[in-house]
Amino acid sequence: MKVTLDHVTKRFPNRNKKIREDVIAVNDFTFEIPDGKLIGLLGPSGCGKSTTLNLISGLEMPSAGRIYFGDTDVTDLPAENRGVGLVFQNYALYPHLTVEDNITFPLGNLRGAEKLTKAQMHEKAVEVAGLVQIGELMERRPSELSGGQQQRVAIARALVKMPSVLLLDEPLSNLDARLRLQTREELARIQRETGITTVFVTHDQEEAMSISDLIVVMKDGLFQQMGKPQDVYDHPDNLFVARFLGTPPINVFRGQIKDGSVVIGGETVLAADVSDDISGDVYVGIRPEGFLPSADGKFGLTLSKIEVMGRDTTVVATHPDLDGAAVIRAIIRSDEVSEVLSGSSSDDSDAGRIVRFDIRPEKVHLFDIATGHRIDAKLSAAARRRS
Amino acid sequence: MKRYFERYKAWLYLLPAILFLGAFMVYPLIDVIIYSFEEGYNFVTQTSRGTGFYNYGYVLRDPYFVQALKNTFLIVIITVPLSTGFALLISLALTAIKPLRNLFQTVYFLPYVTNTLAVGLVFMVLFKKTEYSEGMVNLLIKAFGGSGVDFIDGPYWAKLFVMCLYTIWVVLPFKILILTSALASVNPIYYKAARVDGTRPSRIFFRITLPMISPMVFYLVITGFIGAFKAYSDEVALFGTDLNAAGMNTMVGYVYDMLYGASGGYPSYASAAALILFLIVLTITCINLMVSRRNVHY
Amino acid sequence: MATEQATFSGTAVSDFSDSAKKRRIVRQAFLYLFLVFWALAVLFPFYWMLLTSLKSQSAYNSEVQPKFYVDEPTFDNYKEAFSAVPLARYFANTLIFTLVTTGLMMVVIILAAFAFARLSFRGRNLLFTLFLSLMMIPNELVIITNYVTITNLNLRNSFTGLILPSITSVFYIYLLKENFEQIPEELYKAAKVDGTSDFKYLRRVMIPIARPTLVTIAILKVIECWNLYVWPRLITDDKSYYLVSNGIQEIREHGFGRDNIPAMMAAVVAISVPLVILFLIFRNKIMAGVSRGGIKA
Repeated sequence: MKVTLDHVTKRFPNRNKKIREDVIAVNDFTFEIPDGKLIGLLGPSGCGKSTTLNLISGLEMPSAGRIYFGDTDVTDLPAENRGVGLVFQNYALYPHLTVEDNITFPLGNLRGAEKLTKAQMHEKAVEVAGLVQIGELMERRPSELSGGQQQRVAIARALVKMPSVLLLDEPLSNLDARLRLQTREELARIQRETGITTVFVTHDQEEAMSISDLIVVMKDGLFQQMGKPQDVYDHPDNLFVARFLGTPPINVFRGQIKDGSVVIGGETVLAADVSDDISGDVYVGIRPEGFLPSADGKFGLTLSKIEVMGRDTTVVATHPDLDGAAVIRAIIRSDEVSEVLSGSSSDDSDAGRIVRFDIRPEKVHLFDIATGHRIDAKLSAAARRRS
Repeated sequence: MKRYFERYKAWLYLLPAILFLGAFMVYPLIDVIIYSFEEGYNFVTQTSRGTGFYNYGYVLRDPYFVQALKNTFLIVIITVPLSTGFALLISLALTAIKPLRNLFQTVYFLPYVTNTLAVGLVFMVLFKKTEYSEGMVNLLIKAFGGSGVDFIDGPYWAKLFVMCLYTIWVVLPFKILILTSALASVNPIYYKAARVDGTRPSRIFFRITLPMISPMVFYLVITGFIGAFKAYSDEVALFGTDLNAAGMNTMVGYVYDMLYGASGGYPSYASAAALILFLIVLTITCINLMVSRRNVHY
Repeated sequence: MATEQATFSGTAVSDFSDSAKKRRIVRQAFLYLFLVFWALAVLFPFYWMLLTSLKSQSAYNSEVQPKFYVDEPTFDNYKEAFSAVPLARYFANTLIFTLVTTGLMMVVIILAAFAFARLSFRGRNLLFTLFLSLMMIPNELVIITNYVTITNLNLRNSFTGLILPSITSVFYIYLLKENFEQIPEELYKAAKVDGTSDFKYLRRVMIPIARPTLVTIAILKVIECWNLYVWPRLITDDKSYYLVSNGIQEIREHGFGRDNIPAMMAAVVAISVPLVILFLIFRNKIMAGVSRGGIKA
């Protein structure tokens, strides 16, 4: 089912009673979640993503704006009438009920014509348990299950009533690293098999990027950008999105646009084809993979150290115009290291040397200094520097 | 010398506790069993005719004991379920409100700290009919068209009524306190999960809330049974020290009366009665525990 | 699975929030009504004792219909209560009894709890289990022999006889031991390394840290002592050793002439006031202590 948020705002009274002003958790949100997709709601903690989830589920009512499921306005419907499935961060399995009783619990709420017999409930529980692969755990109690198993039960409980929308709050945060990797594939598979529109909340960008059909990036209650993970990564709408996506994060410099070129610290790094009215100071973001070592490269950085990680090597360096971080991290192929170090071995004595790079234009993004908005520019390699 | 001291130092710390417990708990426990089998023990000469079950037989045939047994069982059967259920209702209501909750909790706890004999006197005054006045409660009954009755010196059912009412009034604070903290300890996330699934309030209560607080409910039922079986001072407060004459004696009252008081001076009979009481309480507690083990799952 | 999806129940969407709000308000009103009803039921006896204690005896007796207010409040009943019967004496007795019993008990249980919590000795667990099993023994059972013991020791009608059996409490030893064990053992080891004696450690470290629990236990014991009835009734028949509970029963049966209810209520108020004040001061401590310990006196 398609889910639409139309100018949705949620205010809470301030916890600190001396401050009269409300806290705005979600501020004028508008976006549309297409039917049958897996959506990752992404943002740093406290950005309002869980509140957004609660608004969709109906556990919270919006202060303003409307919410639609398909074409139906559900804004005033309480949670129990929306038919959503919700998986809580710590699963909220009923400790005194067996796995099967937990799964069939929502079915027991059906009344009248929809009322199911014991046998029908059992059949549905078995079906959904098979889907999440916990068929053999039906008689256990939650305390006898591992974290991963508990989560499957929670998902089964949310799925058993055929929800119009499945919502998951930080579904992977309580699992250990190895299980997390496995479970996120599992989530994607379950979503594909059921075709239920699924929204999950996470602060982990890697998690969101790896399995989502679409991601929605949020910050301080404000909608930032929505799109396919790779598109958002390649074309961030603003500095925040650019910084939030990608590990290691994007390197941001204070630079200028001058005479059709991008200049950082006096060096002309790239040629820029921008409209005439844009010139002066800008933020220049360069992805770590945008650095190409080259002895006569156009951009010089002061080397701090080299971190060898097998296939790739991270060059840690500094630059006086770097903004918001202590060091620059550039990722290069390990067989290119020699170019940076001009033949000598990776050695601490190299620290302090200037190393030169060419910059890949498609990995560079320009942002307005004042607003942080993306500046559209056609970038290309600058003319070779005369040495 | 010092090493010797070091080794037994712990026992020195424990000495007072062991002495007092030994003298006033362990020794009496053994002694009371011996007493109960000594026939015709004379308190003054400290001699007995012999040993046997005579004391138990005497007590069980004593009409006062039978009356006390009946009264005690009625108190238990009436007050334990009523007080636990009512406490649960009040606790649920308390949990559902926000403003004034603390005030209500404080007020409800007040009877716990008051002297039950003193307040029992007030109940007596409220329910009693005297030559001067009908008493507060009777006036209320008459205002609603009923006819007054003396709850303190009148018919048995009236005395039983006021006795149970006062018992419930006295035991509620403890139960309300335990149940409100049990309810507060249920993680609200379960209620949220149930709400998203569209669960009716009654189903939430019976399928989630009640099972989750069931350990505390069973605890209250067990302690409630034990407490109600030991009822005594509430009755003294309402009906005076001569409970046999009032026909409102309890088993504990019977024990004390046998020991000391109007019909006192028979520690053997008192011991036998006390042991019978102990066995009844023990049996019922065991049954309770077995039932609760089958019903409390975690 | 995707084909059949939950349908919305057909609530009329627009007026849903209105009717829900209304239902909520009605529900809350009922809740408050219920709670206020019981609050009044709890408070009414207190109000009535206070009210009656301020009425003169003639005024009270002339009210065929008891009044809910008092026309001419008088404190004569309080004078009567403290002069016609030795109420002040009962108070003093109870005060002495309560303070001495509580004080002695604190010493005994602190020593025992410390031994169980921190000292290692052979048979510690066995002894502790034995202690715990004593909790099951009802007071009614052992009181018979204790009565005989105290009588044979010629300690009837004496403070010693009153106090002796109440000096230990297995339950409080248990409660305090649990609390002592929560104090990090590293502190004890550090003190040992520094050459601090066990007793000094107990006095200078354990007791100050465990103070909140100790205060709670002391308050609960004070309440228990103040309300004690059965033991003093068995062990005293000389009025000069009566505690307040026995005093009030004595007043009920023999004091003030037969029907001086206002004076009786004045005595009841006087007896209740100290505990109510104690409760209002230590409200949170008492309630937390009772719910943690789960004790019913």
